[in-house]
Amino acid sequence: MRRAGLKRALRALALSLVLGMALLVQMSGEARAVQPDEVLDDPALEERARDISAGLRCLVCRNESIDDSNAELARDLRLLVRERLVAGDSDEEVVEFVVDRYGEYVLLQPRVTGSNLVLWLAGPVMLLLGGAIGWSYLRRRGRASETPANALSEEEAERLREIMKE
Amino acid sequence: MITELGHFALVLAFLIACLQSVVPLVGAHRRWPGWMAFAEPAANMQFLLTGLSFAALTYAFVTSDFSLKLVVLNSHSAKPLLYKVTGVWGNHEGSMLLWVLIVTLFGAFAAWFGGNLPPTLKARVLAVQGMIGVAFFAFILFTSNPFLRMAVPPFDGQDLNPLLQDPGLAFHPPFLYLGYVGLSMTFSFAIAALIEGRIDAAWGRWVRPYTLAAWVFLTIGIGLGSWWAYYELGWGGFWFWDPVENASFMPWLIAAALLHSAIVVEKRESMKSWTILLAIIAFGFSMIGAFITRSGVLTSVHAFATDPERGMFLLLITAVFMLGGLTLFAARANVMQAKGVFSLVSRESALLVNNLLLGVAAFVVFVGTIWPLVSEMFFDRKLSVGAPFFNMAFTPFMVVLGLVLPLGAMLPWKRGNLSRVATSLRYAFVLALAVGALAWAMQSGRSALGPVGLFLGAWLVSGAAVDLWSRTGRSGSRLARLGRLPRADWGKAVAHAGLGVTMAGVAGLMAWETEDIRVLQVGESLELSGYELTLLDVREIDGPNYDSTQGVVSLAQDGQEIATLYPEKRFYPVAKMPTTEAAIDIGFWRDVYVVVGDPQDNGGWAVRTYYKPLANWIWGGSILMALGGALSLSDRRYRVAAGARKTRPASEVPAE
Repeated sequence: MRRAGLKRALRALALSLVLGMALLVQMSGEARAVQPDEVLDDPALEERARDISAGLRCLVCRNESIDDSNAELARDLRLLVRERLVAGDSDEEVVEFVVDRYGEYVLLQPRVTGSNLVLWLAGPVMLLLGGAIGWSYLRRRGRASETPANALSEEEAERLREIMKE
Repeated sequence: MITELGHFALVLAFLIACLQSVVPLVGAHRRWPGWMAFAEPAANMQFLLTGLSFAALTYAFVTSDFSLKLVVLNSHSAKPLLYKVTGVWGNHEGSMLLWVLIVTLFGAFAAWFGGNLPPTLKARVLAVQGMIGVAFFAFILFTSNPFLRMAVPPFDGQDLNPLLQDPGLAFHPPFLYLGYVGLSMTFSFAIAALIEGRIDAAWGRWVRPYTLAAWVFLTIGIGLGSWWAYYELGWGGFWFWDPVENASFMPWLIAAALLHSAIVVEKRESMKSWTILLAIIAFGFSMIGAFITRSGVLTSVHAFATDPERGMFLLLITAVFMLGGLTLFAARANVMQAKGVFSLVSRESALLVNNLLLGVAAFVVFVGTIWPLVSEMFFDRKLSVGAPFFNMAFTPFMVVLGLVLPLGAMLPWKRGNLSRVATSLRYAFVLALAVGALAWAMQSGRSALGPVGLFLGAWLVSGAAVDLWSRTGRSGSRLARLGRLPRADWGKAVAHAGLGVTMAGVAGLMAWETEDIRVLQVGESLELSGYELTLLDVREIDGPNYDSTQGVVSLAQDGQEIATLYPEKRFYPVAKMPTTEAAIDIGFWRDVYVVVGDPQDNGGWAVRTYYKPLANWIWGGSILMALGGALSLSDRRYRVAAGARKTRPASEVPAE
């Protein structure tokens, strides 16, 4: 059941990829990204636009932000972002505006809500878990050291084994 | 004819691999020397036949044999010879053949240099390596055969993707595969040891060179790939947190953890089960990498061969090896009794912290990489996980790693004294603080990234220097003794310093990069971070298999011309694809990076210029890391494995 699901997902993704590639073949490798005519006159506003752009995904590309991408759609989005900024929107409002139209798929940094908590907490939880296991292991090794004679003989035995093997 | 011979050799190699994965295993179980000895000639034969097969394919590419489908799809008669050769692995089928060639190469290597292994262990290692061979030979022969002919050969080929026609990328895959597949060797050793039921210091010593070699190759491969992205993709990005990049980065992190934990097994006979588990996981990540790259489940900049059937096959291989390995691991957990004892403050504990940080960092990358897939399949949320997430979730682990590394590296085995180590590192710390403070004072922005990166870099480099110096003893000719230190000590210091250099480079580049995008008329100039760039000319040039628009840009500082740069915009007519060739004035402290763009309506040209501080430190650090690994690999105790046992290197005596 799950396998069939995976296979279907694989197939759908492969298909969308082929379509995406067809779009991409003509574009990739050519650095166009932000064009001179897009750049805003106000450097502060332009910097905000660049920051926002770096966090938005180019929808027809493979894992590129609209800031890096040279696709037409990315250019449209970059212009849209700048338009909203010039109109006086805050950074959050601009992002909200884009997400409303294209879905959370455009966000390169997933929001910390719902199931995404798993993604965000995976690292810290694993660190705590691994830390706890490591700590208890260290405690055990530490307590074993109450018989120091053992350690020495063990090391000698190992050396002996190595010498014997020659 | 030669093509058919190559095809036939591949099938023969597959059959030999099948035998090699069974006969020595039975022999080792029943203690039949003849059956065990079968492994060695089989491994040699397998390598020879796969080599022949690879040579046949290379011959077809070099002679532009367009009756071969793969050659038609990936080559062209006008392509330079170098790229005809590298085109062999610039595609899915050929790269799998290279992959399996390296699998057999490592197998043959174990057969040649495994003379000091106990015969049963050697037989089992080669048998497991044979099984890995079987899986990938089957994958090639049944789903990705490179030797398929065309019914009607065309007059010329369709050319290799122009992006791949570049020296940086030409040699990036072989190194990566050497790394990925090197980890198959540690996997084979882990499985063989589990079957054998014996994991001791000697095992740690046998497996460490392979881990180290795999890690060195991965470092070089990733470095080359990142350097290529930097100069070829046209905006000087060096790392994109792309699924395929992550696919190579995860094994690198795990291999780094593994080569440290194998030291604990080798020297202290502790952390055995963890090391075995890491060895299994490391190879697992290698195969997941192959799956991600070749199945197309995760959309990526450089996924090639996106075929669900191949994806399923690779997933199956991964699942079989991982489930098999982990089941065996669970069944044999009792044979891995730790022997060495140590206190909470010791080298052992420090290496455990290293493993914890590297392991969790790899886990974060893994979760981030597969999360879009998981989220869509189970939560019906279509979303992206990109660079901003990874920068935020991954970086803290590296910062902590950088902070504790110099301390941990100097702690003695068994029982250490943290305050004594801290005392010997006090000047290094003060120096690092001073560097960080200087960076803070000089920068204009408010971001802490640059100063923190430079602090960590200085801390790691000076910490490594102090570590090395402390090994020369207390008095006498310490400088002379420095030269006589074991290469492992040098390797450790150089690799750790390299990590620091890379950290400083990444932070410096990300924090202080400046950029200028504008339209320039021929003859006009622009100012960028104290440099003056003038567009002198734009001209048309003919390349061997491309047309090029080349800009001529003079770079001047304080009125003095320091370089002339030639950024290009190429067009490959056969593949109908444009590429950008950035022109870079490379310097120790900074790169000046120029890209020429499209012609504008008013006769000018779109020109992008970037000032990239410390850019080369990223790859300089990678080279240092690889060099450190290589130095360590050439240590006396690995070169003269037998002799080294009598004269133990000084580093093994726990410093008091």
